[in-house]
Amino acid sequence: MFDRLSFPQPWLSLILFVIWQFLSDGVSGGSVVLGLILAWGIPQMTQAFWPERPTFFKSWRMPAYLLRVLFDIVVASFQVAKLILSPRKPRPMFVSYPLELEQPLAITILASTISLTPGTVSVDVSDDNKLLLVHALDAENSDEVIETIRTRYEKPLLEMFE
Amino acid sequence: MSQFAEYAICLLLLTGGAFTLIGAIGLVRLPDFYTRLHGPTKATTLGVGAIILSSVIYFSSRDGGIGISEILVTVFLFMTAPVSANIMAKAAMHIGVRTVENTEGKPWDQ
Repeated sequence: MFDRLSFPQPWLSLILFVIWQFLSDGVSGGSVVLGLILAWGIPQMTQAFWPERPTFFKSWRMPAYLLRVLFDIVVASFQVAKLILSPRKPRPMFVSYPLELEQPLAITILASTISLTPGTVSVDVSDDNKLLLVHALDAENSDEVIETIRTRYEKPLLEMFE
Repeated sequence: MSQFAEYAICLLLLTGGAFTLIGAIGLVRLPDFYTRLHGPTKATTLGVGAIILSSVIYFSSRDGGIGISEILVTVFLFMTAPVSANIMAKAAMHIGVRTVENTEGKPWDQ
């Protein structure tokens, strides 16, 4: 009964509240009330998707990781643009990537990163969270794709979530 | 508005427009569904990012201050683009969409 009135994910609620204040034109009585309703309601609705409580992770390492990803997005966009405009046919490839990460949140971040960066889109995670199916747009061989993901993205995430 | 800001805005708008156009050309030129996914998730993301950045510069040089809402739009865009790509890829795998012949490896059986 009291579950309905609580904030199951206080950090998410806080972030939602602050973001709502930025989205509305200036802080006012109305935006605070609506912000509180959203900060209470959205975590209630999405709670079912996060059966485990988000685990603690070293969030101070996040900015460096985000900068790297942002830089890679720019590089990736140029690569994809070049490939689209060149007459050469791309060599697409499906790669099953063996995951070392275990937490669902960490795997979500890795999968999103893969989708945004050089020539790869993540397609699916196996039911036991051990394999990630990745589609590469233009790749020489699968080992190279796995090696790049391992060293560039999974290692820093492993350090963050240890 | 300063001269420098005007040049920066022009450059960003042109870059953004070019990348969005290339993303659209990619949808036409790339051979199968999975390869077409790559265009919108990357080239277009940077394209919209550049256009939003030019909007930030325009409004901050006109009114002063930084447009937080534009930055939030960028953040949301970067958070949602991989999710939609992932769901579409998953759906394609589920219904067994045809892949181009030179694709190496196979999607999983469902």
